[in-house]
Amino acid sequence: MNQWKNFSKGFFKENAVFTLLLGMCPTLGVTSSAINGLGMGLATTFVLVMANLVISLIKDVIPEKVRIPAFIVVIATFVTIVEMLMQAYVPALYDSLGLFIPLIVVNCIVLGRAEAFASKNSVGASIVDGLGMGLGFAMALTLLGSVRELLGSGKLFDISIYPEDYGMLVFVLAPGAFIALGYMIAIIDKMKKA
Amino acid sequence: MNGCGFTTKNITINNMATIDSSLKNMLLTLLIITAISGTSLGFVYKMTKEPIAAAKAKKQQKAIKLVVAEFTNNPAEDVVELTSKEGFPIKIFPARKDNQLVGVAVETMTNKGFGGDVRLMVGFKPDGTIINYQVLEHKETPGLGTKMGLWFKTDKGNQSVLGKNPGTSKLTVSKDGGDVDAITAATISSRAFLDAVRIGYETFMDNKNKIEKGAAQ
Repeated sequence: MNQWKNFSKGFFKENAVFTLLLGMCPTLGVTSSAINGLGMGLATTFVLVMANLVISLIKDVIPEKVRIPAFIVVIATFVTIVEMLMQAYVPALYDSLGLFIPLIVVNCIVLGRAEAFASKNSVGASIVDGLGMGLGFAMALTLLGSVRELLGSGKLFDISIYPEDYGMLVFVLAPGAFIALGYMIAIIDKMKKA
Repeated sequence: MNGCGFTTKNITINNMATIDSSLKNMLLTLLIITAISGTSLGFVYKMTKEPIAAAKAKKQQKAIKLVVAEFTNNPAEDVVELTSKEGFPIKIFPARKDNQLVGVAVETMTNKGFGGDVRLMVGFKPDGTIINYQVLEHKETPGLGTKMGLWFKTDKGNQSVLGKNPGTSKLTVSKDGGDVDAITAATISSRAFLDAVRIGYETFMDNKNKIEKGAAQ
């Protein structure tokens, strides 16, 4: 398969958030600011790439009946590694994402890619797939985080754009996440059809 | 095949499971996989143990520096660990200058927050006057309760608690007959904040002798 196509499908055609509507828990939970969205997206990307790499390597030696537990162990290992590394080297980001990092284990996208792609494709293609899917997820989370941060608290990446008092608080809260996501999906759908 | 609803349009060179799913194979594979992942986790844990402890200590140090006056000792070394009347663990970091107690940083908490526990580092002068505070941990609503980080430091109306003494002023929200303006639309978070301050103050006052004695040694 064309590697570029394999990479770019994660951004638009098969974007996890905007098209497949997967991984909604972290999507709605952490995107109250752009930087949180980006951090979560990059952490997921790391897990996706590493899990895809390992799973495509070991796919031939795993009996079919235990493949899901085997995949989950691999994924959980990388998530725990990310958690410890974050806690050690970017404690500020860990403080705001802490609760959601362990949840990457049960993120549908990671297991989904392992099962649907890495367990059937070569190592190279799996890494590219993980990178594309992960960065597409990171892009979606950053976009959603930017919109919510801008509308809700008048800031973008913590830089003040307009006074916070004029912000619509609802966008920082959970209902605002649904509203913002809904409109973004509608816009992207429209763009795809056009 | 998977509950995630993926459309697998990708090419499939299907070579899954060339190994038989016999009990022996399954057990062996899972055993090997978990052993490898356990080993690598242990390795990463060892590698990150020190940086994690350092990051935590640095955060604590920074909070202590912010909330008390200048000191010459190492408050983290002289820490006194206590339990408040409510049963919360309280840590008191005495700040001393030339062996004289100039203030204490009290790591205090309450479980009355809107989202659960609220942890603060509050700096008191020896007489109990609040010098400054820092919110260490909370799970309050973003945009409402989270404002406590700055609200009670802002000199506007009766918002600020800095320079007040919980022994002489009524540090409860005005709704409860106190002297402090609550955060707009976040009365519960405000009550929790003031509750944590009160718990810290009371625990410090109850054990003041013990802490001052430490200075003489």
